[in-house]
This record gives sequence, C-alpha cells and structure tokens, in this order.
Amino acid sequence: MTAPAPEAALLRIDGLTKSFGGFVALDNINVEIRKGERFGLIGPNGSGKTTLVNCISGALRPNKGAVLFAGEDITPLPANRRSHRGIARSFQLPRPFRSMTVLGNLMVALDFAAHGELFETEAHRRDAAMSILTRIGLAPKALVATGALTQVELRKMELARAMATGPKLLISDEAMAGLSTSEVDEVLDLLISLGGENIAIIMIEHIMQAVMRFSERVMCLDAGKVIALGAPAEVMANPRVQEAYLGT
Amino acid sequence: MKKGSIAFWCGVVVFLAAVLLMTQLVRNEYPFFAGYVILQFVVLSVAWTILGGYAGYVNFGTNAFFGVGVYTAVLLVQAYRAPLGVQIVVAAAVGGLLGLGVGLLTLRMRGIFFSIATIALAIIIETTITNWRFVGGAAGIQLQRPPVMPPFDSYVKMLFFVQALLVVIAVAITRFIQHSRMGRGLQALRDDELAAECTGVPTLRLKLLACVISGALMAAGGAPAAMYLQFANPDSAFNLNYSVSVLAMSLIGGTAHWIGPVIGAILLGTTQQLLAVTISSEVNVLVLGVMLVLFVVAAPKGIIGLVTGLAGRRGHK
Repeated sequence: MTAPAPEAALLRIDGLTKSFGGFVALDNINVEIRKGERFGLIGPNGSGKTTLVNCISGALRPNKGAVLFAGEDITPLPANRRSHRGIARSFQLPRPFRSMTVLGNLMVALDFAAHGELFETEAHRRDAAMSILTRIGLAPKALVATGALTQVELRKMELARAMATGPKLLISDEAMAGLSTSEVDEVLDLLISLGGENIAIIMIEHIMQAVMRFSERVMCLDAGKVIALGAPAEVMANPRVQEAYLGT
Repeated sequence: MKKGSIAFWCGVVVFLAAVLLMTQLVRNEYPFFAGYVILQFVVLSVAWTILGGYAGYVNFGTNAFFGVGVYTAVLLVQAYRAPLGVQIVVAAAVGGLLGLGVGLLTLRMRGIFFSIATIALAIIIETTITNWRFVGGAAGIQLQRPPVMPPFDSYVKMLFFVQALLVVIAVAITRFIQHSRMGRGLQALRDDELAAECTGVPTLRLKLLACVISGALMAAGGAPAAMYLQFANPDSAFNLNYSVSVLAMSLIGGTAHWIGPVIGAILLGTTQQLLAVTISSEVNVLVLGVMLVLFVVAAPKGIIGLVTGLAGRRGHK
C-alpha cells in the first residue's frame, strides 16, 4: 500500500495506546483514513474495536498517542466538539433519546450542529431532518416514539441522527448486529449510499460478506494490536487473521 | 407555538391583575400569609425542575439555595438596610454563582452521587452560617420590616405580590428553556448523556447553565422569606423539608412540562396549609411522604403523565 499524501488523510491515529488498569486494550495503533474512504474494522470480540471508536469519537481519552482530524490534533477535545468538527458515530447497542420521537432525535443533532447557521430557523432544521429521514427511508416513522421502533429501524435512526450532525467521518459500530440477512443488505446498501466523496465511513462488523462488499481497505485488530491492514481480500487471506478468527 | 405564547402572557397578566386586586380588596391578612408560602413553593419547584426534571439531575440541595437566598437578604439588611428589590436581585446573583460552583464540582458525577453531593453542600453552608455571628449565628436573628410601600396596606400583602412576580419570572424562564434548543439538549442528555455528547450537545455547559439558572431562581424565591418571617435562623432556613417538599411537588406534578411543578406545588402547598390549620404542621410531612409513595408507584410521570396518558388513550380510540 502506498502511503497517502499527508493532506489527504482525514483521520490519523498516531501511536494510540489505551489501557484499563493493567489491561492494554489498544497497543500503539497507527492508521490513516482518507477523505471519503470506506474502511472496514474487524477483529474478534474484545480485540479493541469499540475502544478505538471511543477514542476517536471522544468517549474515552487515550493514555498515549494522538488523534488527528483534518490535520488538527483533537486528542484533548470533548466528544461534542469532535462532533462539531465532523465525527459522528452510531452505537453497538442503540442509544436513542427515548423520550423523543425519531424526528426529535434528529432535531437534537441539528440544533447543536456546527453548521447551525445554515439552519437558522426551527422550520429549516425540521426540513433538513425530514430530508435525511426520507433518504434513510424512515420518513413515515418521523413522529413515532423511538420505543416503538424495530431493531433495524433503530439502527437506521442512529445512522440518520449521525448524518444530521453533518459528518465528514461516520463510524458505524456493528449497525448490522442481530439483523436478518435481508436487513443486513438493506443497512449495507444504506451505508454505501451515505458514504461518498465527502464522507468517510469506518464500519465495524462481524459479518464478513458485508465487510468484503463494503470496504476499500480493512484493518484487523487482535488483542489491541493491528495484525493486518490492506485490501479486503489480502486481509482475509492473511494467516494471522484467520488464526485470530478461527483459532486454527 | 405563537398562539401558545399569546395565551401564556394573557394568563400572566390575568394572574398578576388578580393578585393585585386581591391585595386591595381582601382585608384579612391570613390568606396572604398562607398564599405566600404556596407561591414560594411554586417558584422553588419550577426552578428545581430545570435541573431535576429537564436534565434529570436530582438536586437534594434546594434548602441550600433557599437558605442562601434568605441569608443574603439578612446580610444585606444588616449591613446596608438594602431594600427588598436589591435583596432579591443580589440573592439571585449569589444563588447563580453558588449554582456555578456546585455545578463545576459535582456535575461530573451521575445519579445518586450528584444528589449526595448536593446534600453535603447544604450541610456545609448551614454550618458556616451557624458560626457566623454577624447574621445571627445559631440563635437566629430578628429583623425589622421597613414601612410598606403603596398601593399595599400591609407588608405581607406586598410580599405576596412580590412572590407572585417571582412566580411569573420563574415560570417564564422555565417555559422559555423548555421550548428552546437548551431544553431539547437537556432532554437529550437526560435520556442518554454519551449519545447526546456524541450528537454534538455540549452536555457539561448545558448542565452548568441549568444549575446556575435553577440556583438563582431558588435563592431569589428564598430572599423575601427573611422579611416574611421577620426572623431567620439556620435551622429553619436550611431545613431539609424544603428539599423534600420541592422534590415531592415537582415529581407529583410531573417534570416533563413546566406546568407540572406549578400544579404539584399548588396542590401540595395548599394541602399543607390546610393540614397545618386543621390538624398540625407535623402531619404535613407524613401526608407528603404518603402522596409521594403513591405517585411513584401509581403515576411515575406525575399528574402531567396521567393527563397526557389519558388524552393519548382517548386519541387512540
């Protein structure tokens, strides 16, 4: 793999280390993600995928190393400031704002988004939220309470909410876990359609067909270390990856 | 939304006009003496709801903010003979600053830890006042009311009107917050703080702001109490009963809407006043406790929750 020019890197993880007590969850991770790239993140349970996402989104602070976004060091920033700069995420277990409707969930994102001046009035923000919901296919559920959504709808709602923050980088943390085969395809198509020139996507997933179809590059973590990084087929063929997954 | 605002401000004008008219027409002082306490609880409950209801951070330190309001007034009277208006404004400022300090120290704690920290705060401040001679210390202090201002013919009637003004200010601010971006942000962080943070909500800043506004309103609501009783002592100004009553009033009324604590405070405040006259003031606490338990079990979202639930069910039919 040729190293991309520095200005092309949207996200740069630099020597990132995170430990919980004596347990090293992430051990000196280095990776760059390009603008608009579709990036797959795989690894067995407990390998540090979600911890990495938490360090990127600001939910956790790393012990060592730095996170650079669009060329700037964002390591000390709280999660909300990172969101304003363009990092959005969904959660492994959906975390909707339960007292609100689907539309309300998106309105939170638009109310506090950095591009607020584009959506000066409540009516503008409402229109923007509705257009995202239409794109995601949730428009008919806009006024439904989140408690009444199905699992796949919840996943879509989280992606819609993340999109409403106006991200440059969208991190999808196992958005397909627990879904049926047809639903997996549905969410995968959605993710592919959301990405593009201006939105890079990091997809964490256990479903290999989804990872293979989605990713331009794949990184495999095992016990907090990067064991493979490259084209999907290359990574899958890597004996260490197969060993980590199959234990052979 | 706009229609609602017109209705709200018409209601405010009618309320204040009715209160003013009452002070001019009713001779007996007792209704004002009792009504003042009810209005005071409306201010405290509405203020409590900003942080306790909208943001879901249960503040057990209402008595700390209330007491700080009382003693700011006492201090201003003792040192400068300051008029009532100044007492209230300065008390609000001190309450707001206290809210900021408490917020910075405690708002990183979640759930029960935050609540415990607010109880500790009340104890610390009460101990400080108890040992401060200038404001009366443990024995308390007698205060002389200045002459009453027209158009009022008694000081209690004037205080009743002033407290009604404070109700209007507290409700207007709380209502504004509920309909603003801040209200939506607080609701989001109450539902899920991490998700709110990752959705761009500056949770710490919103919580601090809520704590400052809530604290300022509580202290402002407490300030006239010094002149109302013409006496202040740490035991009564920092009485934990304020915290418990306000908590019960807000929860029984329902915290999803500003009208909830207003209803709760009027309902429980009136009940307390009636009980105090007919049976004894000690029974208050018992009734309060029983009602709180009943509501927590049968209607956890309070009266507001009951009403909207019924309306929703009817809508479905």
